[in-house]
Amino acid sequence: MRLNTLFLKKLFVLSLIFAFIAGVNASAFANSEHNETVLKDSAHVTEAHAEGEGHAAGHGEEPFEPTKVIMEHISDSHDWHLWGHTSIGLPVILYTEAGLVTFNSSEFHHDQEGTHVVEKDGQKFVRFENKIYYAAETANEKGQYLTLADEHPTNAKPLDFSITKNVASMFLSAIILCLVFFSVAAAYKKREGKAPRGLQSFIEPIIVFVRDEVARPNIGHKYVRYMPFLLTVFFFILINNLIGLIPIFPGGANLTGNIAVTFVLGTITFLVTNFSGNKYYWKHVLAPDVPWWLYPIMLVVEVIGLLSKPFALIIRLFANITAGHIIVLSLISLIFIFKTLYIAPVSVAFVLFMDVLELLVAFLQAFIFTMLTALFIGTAVEEHHH
Amino acid sequence: MDLVTPSIGLVFWTTVTFFFLFILLRVFAWKPIVSALNERERSIEDALNAADKAKEELTRLNQESDKLLKDARLERDKILKEAKTLGDNLIAEAKHNAQTEGAKMIAKAHDEINAQKNAALAEVKNQVASLSIDIAEKILRKKFENAGEQQTLVAELLKDVKLN
Repeated sequence: MRLNTLFLKKLFVLSLIFAFIAGVNASAFANSEHNETVLKDSAHVTEAHAEGEGHAAGHGEEPFEPTKVIMEHISDSHDWHLWGHTSIGLPVILYTEAGLVTFNSSEFHHDQEGTHVVEKDGQKFVRFENKIYYAAETANEKGQYLTLADEHPTNAKPLDFSITKNVASMFLSAIILCLVFFSVAAAYKKREGKAPRGLQSFIEPIIVFVRDEVARPNIGHKYVRYMPFLLTVFFFILINNLIGLIPIFPGGANLTGNIAVTFVLGTITFLVTNFSGNKYYWKHVLAPDVPWWLYPIMLVVEVIGLLSKPFALIIRLFANITAGHIIVLSLISLIFIFKTLYIAPVSVAFVLFMDVLELLVAFLQAFIFTMLTALFIGTAVEEHHH
Repeated sequence: MDLVTPSIGLVFWTTVTFFFLFILLRVFAWKPIVSALNERERSIEDALNAADKAKEELTRLNQESDKLLKDARLERDKILKEAKTLGDNLIAEAKHNAQTEGAKMIAKAHDEINAQKNAALAEVKNQVASLSIDIAEKILRKKFENAGEQQTLVAELLKDVKLN
């Protein structure tokens, strides 16, 4: 409790400093010539950092666009950016009209404007804002091989099955999960009937927690069948949430904050739930206990109910993780928005706070997703004794 | 809008990865881990149950031994009591016997003494009789010698003789 109040006090002081510096900056931009030069110097320093942090925004005198940088960081990418202008090229796999085409993403030479054409198997591709299009025959006045309408390309797109940053990060998480749990399983075989040790004793309470607090109370005695699924979902979300929090390679991919991933997870939950549904469940959905003339409305309501459950799961996980990433990136962006290093301690303090919070959220979201999945399965397999 | 539009590639790879991850983990991790956990929990429960049973058994045995001890004590007391009564009875009987025997012997002795006394008295009577006859004979003889003398003699003799 004492620690808490101390922490709050510190936060308060930090926010005061923050407000003060913000005020100084505003006045500096407005009036003082002297201050301007000083700030320009510090801005120069931070600009260099900006290049590192937001490589797209870092081209010399280009103004810093926090929205663009943040969106770039939370969305998927064909390259895995390391620092500055260094990034790892990842395999691009395109399903085109003429079959599969593969090449390394480094062949785009970091181009995101559609100006660099990659020619493979007689087909030409350009990349515009993380999306790959068939290149136009001729370049427009900006040198882009695209036809733009309202800043959006109208070119046709091949189906993109590339191993993107998110996919690579997911493979990594799958490998980590396999290594961790195979070794834990081996430990259980080797030390049969004995007390857990090392990694085993770290993992065991979580597994027991999923079994005793998530699966058993929500599903009932049929929980054993669903344990592998629930455990896989829980640890898959957890490990990817955690990897997403690591700012440096090989972390930082916003995987569980990507709608495609949460969509797949939600869909799997939907399929598992409805394929487990017993006659009571389907009777409740298709022939609820209401007067017959209400059926047209009730059927629609019930079907919406079926779909809204996994939809809520999809949006909840996506929004929570993405929001966390956006807040952290926004706080870091403050340094570049105010173009001063003095804001850095404040940013770092807030980011630290957010990261600790995100650590909690990582566990919480994995838990909630698994919990609700178990709950939905529970309602689908529940036996009614009238 | 890009943010909330699932891209086909990621959907595909997530599905594939999740499917394989699920299969691999289910076969090589969850099955052995969950079964080992259940197994251990069962063995712990069994051990606890066995401990409870052993405890119960111990209490039962303790109670039994207590009961046995109590019974043995009671038995001992009973035996001691019986022995005491028996001893007392024996002593009492012996005393009684001795008393009756003694009384009998005394009575017998009395009878004997009486018989002896009677016999002795009879003897004395006989002796007195024979003595009397002797005296009478001597008197008679003397009388026949001297009448006066005889009379004095008889008187003297009678004076001397004392009957017991």
